[in-house]
Amino acid sequence: MRLPCPLCGARDIREFSHMGAALARPDGGDWGPDWNDYLHNRDNPAGQTEELWYHGQGCGGWLVVTRDTVRHEVRGARLAGEGAGA
Amino acid sequence: MRIDGKGRGIDHSRVLRFSFDGQGYEGVAGDTLASALLANGVRMVARSFKYHRPRGIMTAGSEEPNALVTLGRGAAQAPNQRATVVEMHEGLEARSQNRWPSLGFDVLAVNDLMAPFIGAGFYYKTFMWPRAFWERVYEPAIRRAAGLGALSGVAAEDGHERAYAHCDLLVIGAGPAGLMAAWAAAEAGADVILAEEDLAPGGRLLAEAEEVDGIEGADWAAGLARDLAARPNVRIMTRTSVTGAYDGGTYGAFERSAPGMAARHGAPKGCFWRIVARRAVLASGALERPVAFAANDRPGVMMAGAVRAYLNRWGVAPGQSAVVFGNNDGAHRTVADLQGAGVHVAALVDARTGVECALDVPFYAGAQVTGTSGRRGLEAVMVATAKGEVRLAADCLAVSGGWNPTVHLACHMGARPVWDESLAAFLAPEGAVPGMEVAGAAAGRFSTRACLASGLEAGLRAARDLGLPVPNITAPPAQDGRYDILPLWQVPGRGRAWLDFQNDVTVKDVVQAAKENFRSVEHMKRYTTQGMAPDQGKNSNVAALAVLAAASGRTIPETGTTTFRPPYVPVPVAAMGAGARGKGFAPERLTTSHGASVVRGAPMIEAGLWYRPSYFPRAGETHWRQSCDREVAMVRQSVGVCDVSTLGKIDVQGPDAARFLDFVYTNAMSKLAEGRVRYGLMLREDGHVMDDGTCARLGAAHYLVTTTTAAAGQVMRHLDFAAQVLRSDLDARAISVTEQWAQFAVAGPNARDVLAGVLDEVPDLPFMGFGEVRIGAVAARLFRISFSGELGYEIAVPARFGAALSDLLVARAEAMGGGAYGMEALNVLRIEKGFITHAEIHGRVTAFDIGMQGVMSTKKDFVGRAAASRPGLMEEGREQLVGLKPVGEIKEILAGAHLFDEGAEAVSANDRGYVTSACYSPTLGHVIALGFLARGRARIGERVRAVDHLRGSVTICEVCAPGWVDPEGGRMRG
Amino acid sequence: MADLVEKSPCAGLVPVAAGALRLSEIALGPITSVAPYKGQAAAVAAMLGAQGLGWPAPGQVIAQGAARVQWFGLDLALLIGVAPGAGLADHAALADQSDGWAVLRLEGAGAGDVLARLTPLDLRESIFGVGQTARSDLGHMAAAITRVEAEAYEIMGFRSMAGTLVHEMAAAMTRVAARRTSPAKGR
Repeated sequence: MRLPCPLCGARDIREFSHMGAALARPDGGDWGPDWNDYLHNRDNPAGQTEELWYHGQGCGGWLVVTRDTVRHEVRGARLAGEGAGA
Repeated sequence: MRIDGKGRGIDHSRVLRFSFDGQGYEGVAGDTLASALLANGVRMVARSFKYHRPRGIMTAGSEEPNALVTLGRGAAQAPNQRATVVEMHEGLEARSQNRWPSLGFDVLAVNDLMAPFIGAGFYYKTFMWPRAFWERVYEPAIRRAAGLGALSGVAAEDGHERAYAHCDLLVIGAGPAGLMAAWAAAEAGADVILAEEDLAPGGRLLAEAEEVDGIEGADWAAGLARDLAARPNVRIMTRTSVTGAYDGGTYGAFERSAPGMAARHGAPKGCFWRIVARRAVLASGALERPVAFAANDRPGVMMAGAVRAYLNRWGVAPGQSAVVFGNNDGAHRTVADLQGAGVHVAALVDARTGVECALDVPFYAGAQVTGTSGRRGLEAVMVATAKGEVRLAADCLAVSGGWNPTVHLACHMGARPVWDESLAAFLAPEGAVPGMEVAGAAAGRFSTRACLASGLEAGLRAARDLGLPVPNITAPPAQDGRYDILPLWQVPGRGRAWLDFQNDVTVKDVVQAAKENFRSVEHMKRYTTQGMAPDQGKNSNVAALAVLAAASGRTIPETGTTTFRPPYVPVPVAAMGAGARGKGFAPERLTTSHGASVVRGAPMIEAGLWYRPSYFPRAGETHWRQSCDREVAMVRQSVGVCDVSTLGKIDVQGPDAARFLDFVYTNAMSKLAEGRVRYGLMLREDGHVMDDGTCARLGAAHYLVTTTTAAAGQVMRHLDFAAQVLRSDLDARAISVTEQWAQFAVAGPNARDVLAGVLDEVPDLPFMGFGEVRIGAVAARLFRISFSGELGYEIAVPARFGAALSDLLVARAEAMGGGAYGMEALNVLRIEKGFITHAEIHGRVTAFDIGMQGVMSTKKDFVGRAAASRPGLMEEGREQLVGLKPVGEIKEILAGAHLFDEGAEAVSANDRGYVTSACYSPTLGHVIALGFLARGRARIGERVRAVDHLRGSVTICEVCAPGWVDPEGGRMRG
Repeated sequence: MADLVEKSPCAGLVPVAAGALRLSEIALGPITSVAPYKGQAAAVAAMLGAQGLGWPAPGQVIAQGAARVQWFGLDLALLIGVAPGAGLADHAALADQSDGWAVLRLEGAGAGDVLARLTPLDLRESIFGVGQTARSDLGHMAAAITRVEAEAYEIMGFRSMAGTLVHEMAAAMTRVAARRTSPAKGR
């Protein structure tokens, strides 16, 4: 498996580690249903997913990878956040 | 028998000596073990798996089911090698398998007589009772009888390697189709890898007597391959079987080293390749399939295409008198080649009716071979003709049941092949592997002309897909032979008719499976074992499922195939794991003081990838505890030096550095004064503790975060996530400087004195203070922190000076009655103080559990704050960090023991907690431990039982506050 | 007062030779990580430009004599061979990394084949030409690989892993050298 790092180009999977679904962190520090969803509830879709991957053995960038769980197809990847120097 | 003047693939003049079962023979350069054995008239080369029947060489390729041999001895012993792909070399030593005492006389051949009782499923029915017999009697007996070749029991040498390769186009197979595809793409400018299983390109052209472009086909292939190999953008990998197709255009391949190279010092025996290709052309050809008729497994019965290969490529006549049996035009071609080589052909038996024969040979149309006879090899063939049965003397029977396109790789990503009625064969569905196109015989184009055209098209299409200019290439003229197959899977009649030669599965077994309702092809496979083992049913799967289809009243496509899985051919595990021993298994991380620790005789303990000294034995110390106790006392009474460079160090800078650290730590690092250090706790977003450590404020916008050794990587990843994703609004940059600094703890009442002799000037740092210092020309960092509870410093220098500083500090300490201390002492020192490590913060504990709810700020958001505030994570009933000391007869406490109320039975329902760390405290003179106990903080002074069922240890303990030595902390603050 | 003697990361481990292949340690001089603050990329590029350097695109090395700026990751570069100019710290997070990396030079015919045994990087000249750099995995270790000549590479690995790094490279060099003396060629 290979992932298309926006900075480094297509790279072998062993350079990356996986974190899970790309979700927005709820605002505020108080526990509530939004936090429960963020931490525990996942859709597990058959089809397109957005996942967080860390290019730890590469550029150190966190990526949002769009992947199709049915076709095993990686559709693309973008940086998860704006780099500080941008 | 070798035929004079024949054999385009061999050099008659280069004689090579080899042995088989201890008997010496001669082969020639270019031979395989199989061709050399046939040339020497050796027909019986193996005993079959189950019935121990005599078996001979059946094919000329990697699909060989019968001729499995053992090569080499000792560490180099390799069982189950296919003689058809073993290259001949001087001194080759091969042995037959699955026979005792010898190939000629094999005791277990008695199994053949028992065949009526040991058909498919006999295992499951026979070895059921008495039940107790299974482990003692049946299993050992079966294990002795089962299997083919054996391992030597000596660990294999690490003789293989692994490598990566990248290309625009991977062409799998260098037959006519593969060569054309590679040529077209190479001409267009693509980077091409042409992988060929055989030792030379050419595919079937090496085996057939036919012309391409007006010259002998093999010469055409060699010429084109030479031309391609000379191009910088083409890489021809011979002896390389592509074994699997994976996600993202990644392919696995196994390359066997040529015998000459493998013998060279340092050279690999083989290489497991990972090939990444933007496009692929599967030109893997086709495999000929046998026909099931009675006693079709006798040595001398061979595939017709293999007979032609032995004749044309290796100049070997597989017999003196041959019968050819087939259901397609290939049978006629085989007769022509046999006759051309001077071999007598007793008959051509064609299952088809209404076909003509242009050859001068006894010809039986619409006829079938019904059986064979002979002792250790074929002597006669029975043929059912329109006019009745005839018996023909023959020592070679060439059989062709048609050809199966080699679609395996196209189906490795889950696709099922599609039945083609006109070819009576399965083809790969389109787009089965993204980026892969199937060409040539693998796509059902069986004539050479069709193969060339199909390969060319595939190559041009690949060039177009790669965005390259499409070159103007045409396929050379070649033969366009007919195929005209009449499906024929089995010849009805009495006697066992083999489908799977490698697993001894007959037609009767498959029919039996269907009768017992193992109708799914996957169930049939497992019930009969058809299609398992090294050949994975390469020449038996389609016929077996055709027989299953007929037996279960379904069509072949309705019955379907089993799943195709990598690897396509057996790959030595040693190749897939090549290099993965020692340093290759996991890199070793060594501190700058490592060499000095080794010189001092310190045994090393692994901490993640790091190697750290356990203790430093001195003269007279014979047990680690002696050294450890001494080192602890040294630190408590004088001074000790310990390399702490393995702790993670992360440099955080930026206008928002303080706010950023407030977000990742539970406590407010923004309130930390410059030049000061603070203990900090990081949580995971789920509210549990991730790591702890110190954080120093080096400047207004400059911090240095310290992590534990174990969590350094995880924390760096976490900070990157926080900076890039969670709080990209903050302007702060974090980078690891772990490798840059060598850092040493200097701890004990004399710590300051040690530093005084090393630093140019020892600053008057308060406890938890930081200062820049100098050691001569070297700028260093000094932190006044303590993990031992004593007056303590950590001093950091650029790593190039680490070894020198370590030597200096230890020498100074020794002069004061101190010295170096290792991990054992460090652990005791911290347990005596009740300080935690990842033994305690093991991933399931909260700040509350370790009594640090106070370091969770309520004034700011931080990672884990919301989840940590859940009532369940702050409940008094939770297991809380406590100290334990033994108060009964038994004075030991074992980490891992569970805690129970004093009178309660030690069962899981009564479990109240567990011990995380335990040690003997030389300072206190008894064992102490840390652990987690339900409501622990409220139970100080009570008694509990620590029970370790595994090691049979029960200890009555008193619950204490964690931390025994100097609980007020006066010594480290002083 | 004390005078500390320095030790290079690969002292005692190199040089290593196998056939035409050579592995040696090189001293790059000062290495400083440069991570521009928000909105400061242009300022950082300008300041480096004043030194004859610049801000590198992903995978790029900008060299000027013995000094160079080497791309090192997301919004991150290494300034090598020269101390950072005054004022650069106002625009970027700087950290001294001079001692953190073992730097090896691998050269000789087949150098690319040696690396192909250790890293999944695509090292084809069309993809990874002279002057290109990449962060990747090399025998389970984090590494930065730079192609400095057609058949010469600079490999940066963690100082603490120098022993394993050299061991892995030397093993691959032996394999490649043994292959290359055969007619089958070393690829």
